[in-house]
Amino acid sequence: MTSSALLEIRNLEVQFGTEDGVVRAVDGVTYTIEREKTLGVVGESGCGKTVTALAIMGLVQSPPGKIANGEILYHRGEKTTDLAKLPPKGRAMRAIRGNEIAMIFQEPMTSLNPVFTIGYQIMEAIILHQRLKKKDARTQAIRMLHEVGIPMPEQRVDEYPHQLSGGMRQRAMIAMALSCNPQLLIADEPTTALDVTIQAQVLELMNALRKEFKAAIQFITHDLGVIAGMADDVAVMYLGRIVEAATVREIFHAPQHPYTQGLMHSIPSLRRQKERLVPIEGVVPDPSDAPPGCGFEPRCPKRMEICKTKMPPLEEVAAGHTAACWLYGGKR
Amino acid sequence: MAQSDTVLLDVKGLVKHFPVRKGAFRRVKAAVRAVDGIDLFIREGETLGLVGESGCGKTTAGRSILRLVEPTKGEIIFRSRRMAGTAGGVKEVDVVKASRGEMKALRRDMQIIFQDPYSSLNPRMTVGGIVGEPLLVHAMARGEERKKRVADVLGAVGLKPEHMKRYPHEFSGGQRQRIGIARALVLDPQLVVCDEPVSALDVSIQAQVLNLLEDLQREFGLTYLFVAHNLSVVKHISNRVAVMYLGRIVELASTERLFADPKHPYTEALVSAVPVPDPDYSVDRIILQGDVPSPVSPPPGCHFHPRCRYAVDVCSKDAPVYRDLGNEHFVACHRADDLHLQPIHDRTTGQTGGPAA
Repeated sequence: MTSSALLEIRNLEVQFGTEDGVVRAVDGVTYTIEREKTLGVVGESGCGKTVTALAIMGLVQSPPGKIANGEILYHRGEKTTDLAKLPPKGRAMRAIRGNEIAMIFQEPMTSLNPVFTIGYQIMEAIILHQRLKKKDARTQAIRMLHEVGIPMPEQRVDEYPHQLSGGMRQRAMIAMALSCNPQLLIADEPTTALDVTIQAQVLELMNALRKEFKAAIQFITHDLGVIAGMADDVAVMYLGRIVEAATVREIFHAPQHPYTQGLMHSIPSLRRQKERLVPIEGVVPDPSDAPPGCGFEPRCPKRMEICKTKMPPLEEVAAGHTAACWLYGGKR
Repeated sequence: MAQSDTVLLDVKGLVKHFPVRKGAFRRVKAAVRAVDGIDLFIREGETLGLVGESGCGKTTAGRSILRLVEPTKGEIIFRSRRMAGTAGGVKEVDVVKASRGEMKALRRDMQIIFQDPYSSLNPRMTVGGIVGEPLLVHAMARGEERKKRVADVLGAVGLKPEHMKRYPHEFSGGQRQRIGIARALVLDPQLVVCDEPVSALDVSIQAQVLNLLEDLQREFGLTYLFVAHNLSVVKHISNRVAVMYLGRIVELASTERLFADPKHPYTEALVSAVPVPDPDYSVDRIILQGDVPSPVSPPPGCHFHPRCRYAVDVCSKDAPVYRDLGNEHFVACHRADDLHLQPIHDRTTGQTGGPAA
């Protein structure tokens, strides 16, 4: 397993100091991203899925945030680097960020700089990491724009972000992220801001490019439909923790954690006959006021006495399928 | 309340153009044709879903029907209970032609729930003030009576009377949306336009609000125009569904019929693009090429023809007539009779759908 692992996150804790005390946004997260595979990370707003990604990229704002504990082991060849220990602004991290590990953000309008052409922004990364001449970098940028299906890339390369539609901007972001041929692409809700027909275009493109570039993808989303179509493995997050992790088929056909089960029942599906939805009662607690035991306990239909006081460990419930729930734990 | 055969709202040829002004004299140079002639009707007690992608004009259509934006042209016939003046009576009113006074009276019968529960509630007002304000504006209840009415409606949407003294920021997104729903319902309206009421909410909260909307419809005999971009949500809640593209309705049919037997190529593509939460679901996905054209200069003929894989010569010349194919299945497509489009059911792999319980 370690031989194919690209990135191993172990017991990662990210905390933010606020006026109301320390918020544990990521509270002991462990997962592995395999080479050339897509890991889907699902969760609702505030569950810590984006902060985990920012921690990998060394982009957690400090202060108020800091990586309080844990390791982010990045394997390349024989070498293993702990990204959590690297200074975020140091030379080593900068050589990795945007080069070997790249990220696509949710809102392509705010994450592209409006005063530079998209070509300039793509070339910036290429010149920095690949030490190409400006002219060659431009050729490379045009090639990347062509690769992501932007029509007339020779002209588009000189356009500004506002001249592109939302779908085209997201394609430009993908071109930028892939321009240095990364090992790992972190996509944070890359299609949430897009219309459904444009989303279909972008998802198809990402799947095709993943095969072509042999990159691994960490795909962060709240949309279970998108996860089902994109991911090989899925990790479900709730209140800063992984509550369940398995292959995509296991997660959808045999979800074990009550939260995962609740999510599955609360979404209407085009394929299902109309039936009453079964929502998860209550709301996500504020992370600064998290329950002492299992974070899902106040909303869980299957809660027990132990859930109130003790945090359930993430344990194997079937081969390659882990869940953090006292329904299955406590045997050892 | 069960659906009846009575048509509550009948919209004919509704047009809303926004002028585009340019130059030093701010002359009108063009128009954004947000709603470009739509026909639809809603029966009492039913939910009509209005779907489409961003910029298709669905929100403008919803707001024009309430005259929150002034329609450019068209007729909106509404069977108002309160305008009749007598108990049990109804009066058909053309909303577009209604005077200021008539419009104010009509607003008691037609209400709206907004998308964003953060910006649609005044942060300086208490929940009691927000929900009770319509009662003041329409002079329907005062003092203790008003308080009681607000408490009742808060109870109906799953909030507590003691929440009246609190401010919006003290509530979560889902609870805020409940406050917005309470404000819409406090006047006991007949028609509620729901403008993307769940799209700002997390999935687990979405289901709570959708169930609430269904319960309230049954309890108070409400009629909904449900405007949304999420096809799964619209399919779940609607009796009939209208699909909009670039200011026009391209197809309108009962929910079962629309998904089992789509007649417009855009509907087919839209349905196939929706991600389905089942990893074994193999889709023959129709990927539409290009983007939605600008509503300032929509393509001639059928607005959809540049992206349509079935387009023929006539599609770029003449706008297709919006017609009834029978059984109230309305479609605007030249080739509706000879195309056999993919329904949603045919794409299943034969395995039982949905997650294991």
